[in-house]
Amino acid sequence: MSILVIAEPSTGDVKKPTLTTLGAAAKIGGTADVLVLGQGVAAAADATAKVAGVGTVLVADAAEYAHALAENVAPLVAAAVKAGGYGHVLFAATTFGKNVAPRVAALLDVQPISEISAVVSADTFERPIYAGNAVATVQSADAVKVVTVRGTAFEAVAATGGSGSVTALAATGEAGLSSFVSAELTKSERPELTSARVIVSGGRGMQSGDNFHMLDTLADKLGAAVGASRAAVDAGFVPNDYQVGQTGKIVAPELYIAVGISGAIQHLAGMKDSKVIVAINKDEEAPIFQIADYGLVADLFKAVPELTEAVSK
Amino acid sequence: MKILVAVKRVVDYNVKIRVKPDNTGVELANVKMSMNPFDEIAVEEAVRLKEKGAATEIVVVSIGPASAQETIRTALAMGADRGILVQTDAEVQPLAVAKTLKTLVEKEQPQLVILGKQAIDDDSNQTGQMLAALLGWAQGTFASKVEPAAGTVAVTREVDGGLETLSLKLPAIVTADLRLNEPRYASLPNIMKAKKKPIETIDPAALGADFTPRLKTLKVTEPPKRQGGVKVGSVQELVAKLRDEARVI
Ligand SMILES: Cc1cc2nc3c(=O)[nH]c(=O)nc-3n(C[C@H](O)[C@H](O)[C@H](O)COP(=O)(O)OP(=O)(O)OC[C@H]3O[C@@H](n4cnc5c(N)ncnc54)[C@H](O)[C@@H]3O)c2cc1C
Ligand SMILES: Cc1cc2nc3c(=O)[nH]c(=O)nc-3n(C[C@H](O)[C@H](O)[C@H](O)COP(=O)(O)OP(=O)(O)OC[C@H]3O[C@@H](n4cnc5c(N)ncnc54)[C@H](O)[C@@H]3O)c2cc1C
Repeated sequence: MSILVIAEPSTGDVKKPTLTTLGAAAKIGGTADVLVLGQGVAAAADATAKVAGVGTVLVADAAEYAHALAENVAPLVAAAVKAGGYGHVLFAATTFGKNVAPRVAALLDVQPISEISAVVSADTFERPIYAGNAVATVQSADAVKVVTVRGTAFEAVAATGGSGSVTALAATGEAGLSSFVSAELTKSERPELTSARVIVSGGRGMQSGDNFHMLDTLADKLGAAVGASRAAVDAGFVPNDYQVGQTGKIVAPELYIAVGISGAIQHLAGMKDSKVIVAINKDEEAPIFQIADYGLVADLFKAVPELTEAVSK
Repeated sequence: MKILVAVKRVVDYNVKIRVKPDNTGVELANVKMSMNPFDEIAVEEAVRLKEKGAATEIVVVSIGPASAQETIRTALAMGADRGILVQTDAEVQPLAVAKTLKTLVEKEQPQLVILGKQAIDDDSNQTGQMLAALLGWAQGTFASKVEPAAGTVAVTREVDGGLETLSLKLPAIVTADLRLNEPRYASLPNIMKAKKKPIETIDPAALGADFTPRLKTLKVTEPPKRQGGVKVGSVQELVAKLRDEARVI
């Protein structure tokens, strides 16, 4: 039976979460078709057809999908699954996927499987529970498996080399339940948190939003993204989309530098799979040091400018 | 407007959980239990809407063991009006929770149902979305602001790129994110008052609920442990290690 991957909304290139979700599909095995939805998505559909290993690209291009509202998208996906006889429906565990996947699952009367971190077999998956302090192996008894995929746990497939076909899908109409009002998106020249090679993250120890500029400067030198703890977001130092952790973004860069972050389990849940972790904290007892590869006990207001200078050389 | 809030009893967020040696689950005996933190935020939002005059009655629902009464009492002490406990010792998965809540919604006829965005034990982040689908209602998930108007509610959502505001037709489902509000601590007089508020206990069979799990937990294991590393003495030493040993910069 084949797999339907729901692409992360895009009007241009294929988003990284779609590529990692296809990586998970490859572990399940069989052909993977991709559903591209939105308004004005012809270019995105063509780009998706070039992704390695993609079978058919189903395109739903209509005004009602412009803002990927769950009320409009879920019936479309459910109809596509029924028409195509798919055995698996995969979403990336982004806010789009987390919002829509359970709604699709309920329409199909199946119990979804959230944030899988490994594929054991076609019906059995591993998923972290309790903020990643335990890993559950779960087996689904449902005919269709509706799954969200943790991006850090799977290899992205290549964005090129494929030769999929593109087929238009009939739109399912406007549900008339919700409408888009506005968006306040964080603009940044830096890489996205979930795909950055290096992340510099600040916590309550930063003391203010202004002080975060210190981390921006360091990040620019390293080609890094900037993240934060919940405490820093709650205090209004940085916007919500900076939050790393159990209930924020899950990241696994090659290098994660935690500055003025104590290392609460909810924060560790979001970054402990990073390859190399550096902690800068003035409290030598801070729990973050228990998982850091390199710990520096120092005042961050002295250490961060020094570090910025040292990496520039 | 009547509001229904769903609350779940979970292991307290401060507890460092342990996996059982036989790998059947997580040690829950003698562990401190509390209301799921996101559900406290959901209750607080309902209470604030009532204080602002936007809501008339708040009904709190939990599906779980007899001890979930305590969780409901906590919500009543925060300002909810009455509670419903669908009592079961079975482990109830989100689809079954959503179906049970749907039956209660049809009975209670609220205009707004507020849930937590995720429960911090199973981290599913599913129930609200599924309830919305089953009812054919709009959903405002990961909410950081909720503003009811005539026949609609504006919900600002925390999304990967920042914030997004949607207008939802009422009745609707909202799931609470961390920054929606800061929940209050119940005062002693309110805790006393809450003891007199009614909690109705319902047998799941009376609702026609089917809790048969669709997902079977085969085993629960410890994640690989991360080894702590070394402390470095200076920024220079740190940079040298990152360049020559770890080779990440
Ligand atoms: C339901 C729930 C969900 C949560 N989800 C998340 C989540 O997703 N992500 C998350 O991060 N948290 C989350 N939390 C919060 C978490 O429990 C912690 O409260 C939070 O991570 C603490 O942030 P912090 O480390 O920045 O602050 P603190 O714990 O206050 O630590 C600040 C650190 O800065 C150090 N410091 C201060 N000044 C300096 C200086 N001048 N130089 C060097 N070091 C300094 C201090 O020594 C201290 O270690 C959640 C909590 C709950 C209840
Ligand atoms: C190790 C482990 C093994 C398990 N094994 C099994 C098993 O074999 N079979 C089985 O059936 N279950 C099992 N469970 C329990 C079950 O999977 C979870 O309780 C269920 O998945 C609920 O997920 P969630 O709370 O994360 O839902 P979420 O969708 O994250 O919850 C979101 C919101 O929904 C509301 N909500 C959720 N649950 C309730 C409730 N009970 N009452 C009122 N409101 C609620 C709350 O507002 C909550 O904030 C297991 C759990 C664990 C941790």
